[in-house]
Order: sequence, then C-alpha cells, then structure tokens
Amino acid sequence: MYELPNLVPALPEILLAVAALGLLMVGVFRKKDATGFVGGLAVAALVVAGIVEVNLARVPVVTTLGGMFVLDGFAVFVKALVLLAAVLTAIMSLSWLRQEKLGQFEFPVLLIFATLGMMMMVSANDLMALYLGLELQSLSLYVLAAYHRDNLRSTEAGLKYFMLGALASGLLLFGASFIYGFTGATGFDAIAKALGDGASVPVGVTVGIVFLLAGLAFKISAVPFHMWTPDVYEGAPTPVTALFAVGPKIAALALLIRVMVGPFGHLVEQWHQVVVALSLASMVLGAFAAIHQTNIKRLMAYSSIGHVGYALIGVAVGNAAGVRGVLVYLAIYLFMNIGTFTVILSMRQRGRMVEQIEDLAGLSKSNPLMALALAIFMFSMAGIPPLAGFFGKLYVFIAAIQAHMYTLAVLGVLTSVVGAYYYLRIVKVMYFDEPADSFDRPIGRSMTFILTGTSLVILLFFLFPEMLLTGAETAAASLFHG
Amino acid sequence: MKDLLREYLPILIFLGIAIGVAGGAVIASYIIAPQRPDPEKDSAYECGFEAFEDARVRFDVRYYLVAILFIIFDLEVAFLFPWAITLGKIGMFGFWSMMVFLIILTIGFIYEWKKGALEWE
Repeated sequence: MYELPNLVPALPEILLAVAALGLLMVGVFRKKDATGFVGGLAVAALVVAGIVEVNLARVPVVTTLGGMFVLDGFAVFVKALVLLAAVLTAIMSLSWLRQEKLGQFEFPVLLIFATLGMMMMVSANDLMALYLGLELQSLSLYVLAAYHRDNLRSTEAGLKYFMLGALASGLLLFGASFIYGFTGATGFDAIAKALGDGASVPVGVTVGIVFLLAGLAFKISAVPFHMWTPDVYEGAPTPVTALFAVGPKIAALALLIRVMVGPFGHLVEQWHQVVVALSLASMVLGAFAAIHQTNIKRLMAYSSIGHVGYALIGVAVGNAAGVRGVLVYLAIYLFMNIGTFTVILSMRQRGRMVEQIEDLAGLSKSNPLMALALAIFMFSMAGIPPLAGFFGKLYVFIAAIQAHMYTLAVLGVLTSVVGAYYYLRIVKVMYFDEPADSFDRPIGRSMTFILTGTSLVILLFFLFPEMLLTGAETAAASLFHG
Repeated sequence: MKDLLREYLPILIFLGIAIGVAGGAVIASYIIAPQRPDPEKDSAYECGFEAFEDARVRFDVRYYLVAILFIIFDLEVAFLFPWAITLGKIGMFGFWSMMVFLIILTIGFIYEWKKGALEWE
C-alpha cells in the first residue's frame, strides 16, 4: 500500500500549480479582458508562495514524493530568489502589457508555470524530477519568448529558443540515460550510493556527466552553448528578457550545483575541468563580445554570459565557500539585472520602445534620477566598490583563491576590467553625450517602485551584508551536511 | 551488471528476429519475384486515378490542431489502463493521483473548448 506522502515541503509548488490552473479558468470564463485581474492574482499567488517558502526555511533537510523532491536550506534560499524574480518581472510585465496593448491573461499564467518549473528544478532529487521541472520551465518560456507573435523578431526568438532548447534537452536526456544505465538508478541518493567514494568510475558515467553538463550549460547560456542568447534576448519582449536573464539562470545554476556536489560530489576530478573551461570561456566571451554591441538588450545578453562565467567559478571550487559565493553572486545579480531591465522597459519615445544604447544619450539631463539609477547598476555590474556587485565578485574570487585556483581568479579580475569598459560606456553616453530625444514620462508607479527598491539595495548593500551572507552560508552548508 | 544485461537479452533476440524477417522479405522479393518494370507500373497509384498533383500541398492547420488535441486524450487513456488494473494495490493515494491528473487534463480541455479550438468554422 502507498501512503500519502508528506506534502508540506512541496506546499509552495502545489499552491502555485493550483493557482495557475485556477487562474486559467478565471481568465477563460471572464467576459472582458482579464489580463489585469488575472495578473494581479498571479502576483498575489507568487507572493503567498514566497511567504510559505520562507516559512519552510526552518525544516531540516527532508525528501518526499518517493525521494524525488528535496527541501533543504539551499532549496529554500534559491526558491526565494526565483520567486522574487518572478514577482518583480510579473509586475514589470503587467505595466508593459498595458502600454503595448498586448494584454492576454495567458501571460501571467505562463509566468506562474515557468516559475513552478524553476522551483521543481531547484528541489529535484532525481533525474526524472530534474527533467520534468526543466521542461515545464522551458516550454512555458518558449511560448513567452514568442509572446509578441505579430512581431517577426519575437517569433524568431521563440523558434530559435525552442529548437536549441529541444537539442539541449536531448543532450541532457542522453547523459541522464548513460548515468542510469551505468548506475542503475535515477535518484540522486541512489546514484551517489552506487558510485561510492568515486574510486572506480565507469567511463559511461563520465560520458553521462559531460552530456548532462552540456545540457545544463545551455540553459545557463555558458560558452560554448551560448549562441542562442543574444538573439533570444534581443527578440523576446523586454519583460520576458528580464525574466530570462535572472529566473532560469538562477534555477539552472542551482540545479547544476545540486547535481554536481550531490550525486557526483566524489567525482570532482571528472567534472571539474569541464566547469572550469565553461567558466573561463564565458568570462572571456562575455567581456569581449559585448564591446561592439549597439543594442542594449544584446549587450545585456553578453553581460549575462559573463556573469554566468563568474558564478561558475564558485561551482568549479566545489566546496561550501564556493557555493556561498555563487548564492551571494546570484542574489546581487538578480537586483542589478531587474533594475537595469526596468530602465530598459522605460526607454520609450512617443509611445514606442527604443533599445539602442545611443537612445540613452543625455539621459542625465532629461531624467536625472533614472540616469543615476542606471549608473548605479552599471558601476555595480562592473564591480566597483562599495556597490553590491563588487561583493558578489569578491566572495567568488575569495573562494577560488582559498582553493588555490589562481588562474580562474586572475582571469576573472582581468575580464571584469575589460567588462568595465562597456558598462562605463553606457554611463558616458548618459552623462557626456549630446542629449537625444527624451523618454516618455512618467514611467508609472510600479516601475518607479522597482527601480528605487533595486537601486537602494545595490547602493546600500555594504551597510547590511550580514543578512544575505549568513543566509547564503547556511544555505550552502545545508548542501554539504552529509 | 551481468544480470542487468541478461534481462535485456530477450529484447536483443527479438530485435534480431525483427531485422531478419524484415530484411529477408525485402531481399527475397528482389531475388524471387520477376522484375519487369514499365512506366505504367512505376507511376504513382492513386485510387485508380492518374496522379494529378504533387503530394506536398498545403493543408489546413486545423487538422494538425485536432490531431494534437486528440493525442493528449489518447495518451490519457493509455495511462488509465494500467491504473485501472492496479487500482486494488495502489490504494487511495494511487486513486487520487489519477484524479488530480484527470482534473488537470479537464482544465486544459475546458480551456481549449472556451478558446474555440474545437470550432471547425
């Protein structure tokens, strides 16, 4: 007989699933346009799920649903980040949908499904749960990328993302089948047990790990699996790009960490070089390829590739300090990116969106506060102290140096110097170039709120770093408990 | 490891027989049957008519839509059979798991219905 499993650890996920299904029905049965109504309820559902999730932080490590689902401090921390990203992008997209008159209630529903997929990924404790979460996330995001379906570039972005995403899923499944074939298990705990202390590793498992890593590297857009990123980021609607830049990356990086330090924790030598290579290539390409970009969304795509490279340093280190570095990095990255995309969303001239870097010229005169906020984000991304972005890089580099991985740390510092060039170029365009047409004002109350909030977090982080640091530390420790 | 592979041995044998029979039929027809082709024999056969256009024509996307909606429910039935047979063993948890699955599918069905995906015109 099968007993009812303990569903409490999965409560936020169940809540979101029920909310998404319920909202789908509400939307389809309402006579008039339900976007605003469903969108508001979706934001509320995400917030409630976030509150429930944070309250679950006290439970010790538990697995449920037949060992497929794990809840530990790490999962709670990352899921709180994912939910925060989802709430902020949901608020951004609602005002965007209103302005562009593209309102359809499916948008918030798909956003919830994507978030649900990300949360399942973070909590996956089995290769099958991993794949299901990943696919739920990816399928929702394919649709969202092509959401603006009368727009050629948006449909192109959706199709490209779908094609390459399906290929990556194939690679991942191929790797998973190898691992299953050579260990006879899909559960992470059982795989770890089958592999023992890693003294003798079947070559098939190594092949499987490499394919699994390739599939996940695609999802976090690490070089050399990054080709889709600039096109998709440029073509997808801006609020969707904002979600792409944070949500799936955080979730997929968390998944990568869980898979690598969990079942394959004793096989560091097998996957270490791969992660180091991904990290180095991403940092270098992210820094150099962004220099010639003129479209700010493309620039952010290359910037995000670079940031993934820095975060991967922490994964390559592979101990609790490294994971803490990654978590701090991701949390700060979330605020910087959401803030920057709020500014990009506010780049409207006479009711139309513009996205060239030149369009920012003279922003310091036409809208000094927005220029100041964007300058804060750019300085922070370049890693200039005392802004938050500096601390994100600091903890990752410290972890690398403590683990004697000097090449990674030195190259990380060098590429951030190169990267600083294009971040500072944006500041230069805003403050020293001849003013172009000014942007439409006002930008809306919710946008102002997000912009103020994120820039304050980035600006004042150095005053209160303990909250994030201790949170990340306990989260990282929970991953290495056994 | 050995035991695991031995379990798959019947599949390998089955695969071998399948390839043998299929390949044998194709090869045997080349060897045994008389081959006297002429243009009439080689032309496409289309219900007794002359072939009048290329087979690669545009077709209504609605066929595709209906087919894909059908597949969902077709698969649902494929899940229901094993569930129905083992219902006595899997207890209340098994019962409600399937109910949740069915509710999710029903919500999808209501959605497509209300959206007009089932209207032909």
